[in-house]
Amino acid sequence: MISEAINNEQIETLLSDVLEAHGYDFLEYSHASIKRRITRLYTLDNFVSFAEFRYTVKSDKQYFKRFLEEITVNVTEMFRDPSFYKSLRNDVLPVLGTYPFIRIWVAGCSTGEEAYSLAILLKELNLLQKSLIYATDINPSVLEKAKKGLFPLNYLKGYSENYVNSGGIKDFSSYYSANYSLAKFDDSLNEKMIFSTHNLVSDHSFNEFQLILCRNVLIYFDKELQHKVFHLFDNSLDKLGYLALGSKESLDFWPGAKQFKRLKLEKIWRKL
Amino acid sequence: MAQALTPEKCSALIIGGSAGSLDVLLEIFPDLKKEINFPIILVTHRKSGNDSLLTDLLQSRTGLKVREAEEKEPVLAGNVYITPADYHLLIEDDKTISLDYSEKINYSRPSIDVTFQSAAEVFKNGLVCILLSGSNADGVEGLKTVNNLGGFVVIQNPNTAIMPYMPQQAVNNVKPHTILDSFEMAEFINKLIR
Repeated sequence: MISEAINNEQIETLLSDVLEAHGYDFLEYSHASIKRRITRLYTLDNFVSFAEFRYTVKSDKQYFKRFLEEITVNVTEMFRDPSFYKSLRNDVLPVLGTYPFIRIWVAGCSTGEEAYSLAILLKELNLLQKSLIYATDINPSVLEKAKKGLFPLNYLKGYSENYVNSGGIKDFSSYYSANYSLAKFDDSLNEKMIFSTHNLVSDHSFNEFQLILCRNVLIYFDKELQHKVFHLFDNSLDKLGYLALGSKESLDFWPGAKQFKRLKLEKIWRKL
Repeated sequence: MAQALTPEKCSALIIGGSAGSLDVLLEIFPDLKKEINFPIILVTHRKSGNDSLLTDLLQSRTGLKVREAEEKEPVLAGNVYITPADYHLLIEDDKTISLDYSEKINYSRPSIDVTFQSAAEVFKNGLVCILLSGSNADGVEGLKTVNNLGGFVVIQNPNTAIMPYMPQQAVNNVKPHTILDSFEMAEFINKLIR
């Protein structure tokens, strides 16, 4: 039976190995999701036994790269949740525009779609030249993709619709050139991006930001880990800085939430 | 072999459906008893955007509390949880909800398979799943897991479903405990009350 190919204890064993051998701590990830990702990979790669899978994950560096890429979720979109981007455009970025310099952290940026969306907004508001976008992810291979600014062309129709629905008024295709099956985004957009690995579980605050975007990352963490990460974000936000989460994520049950005020209907909070 | 028409127990009920399932839900909900003492989780394929529409439609037809599922919330008896558009819904061992934005399964997010499988591992023989009308094969693999782990499988009669493909695929590939027409479903669910 596929779904019970690996049981709960084996998942724990595997994740402990991963921590010990590779230094990545997934033990506080939401169990059901990570179990599903691991079982999926095990089935996909046709392992004959858990012992073989465990040995490969532990000792094969090349395979571990694949493991890391496959068990973390790297599904993302440009201008995902258009009303969220509309609120960034109309409510948040104009405030940040009054500062001499804007530092933004896109935490868990995956292949970069949200960082590029943000760069487009900043460019249209004439703020990109005084901004820096730090785009980080646990996974080095997705960052390599993000740096290139290449996205599959067949997704661009959907992205373009999202852009228009978020209040974009330019011709979206002016931001990229089509190259066979890929869209190459303009280099002016990633000039102000800094890509780096950062593990929200184990790494510390590395700068002070006016805006932190971390969308659909925390849903994969358990409550305790979510609270640790909120604490990390709090320590990394300037006073009056903004924290933006995914549409199903919330600061509400974190004790530190009192120090934040939510903006209207979107999942955006301002540090008081 | 004669199959039992009602399960011995029900710790949770999950209803999965796609095209043509809304009519069935609208038919079922007014007749559900308020004494329902297990959580009901709905996984339906729909476009993202007007999330509150389905919640409002169903809430207006039942005394049970209908809400869109929030991540990490516990599933409680007598509540109806609607899977948010564009997220998979999984159940944790402590019977809380996890949402997941990973790849679509069967071209679908939420995928009925994902929730059926995840819930089957947690509720085992306390799980009751109903698969309704639809035009793809989502839910079939999930029902296999539910069956294997001792849960109770109900499929809408494909002959009377608006879109017969999904329930037909299930009937062809999974041995259901019972096949029901839409008008029989509310009564079936009310009988799960213990």
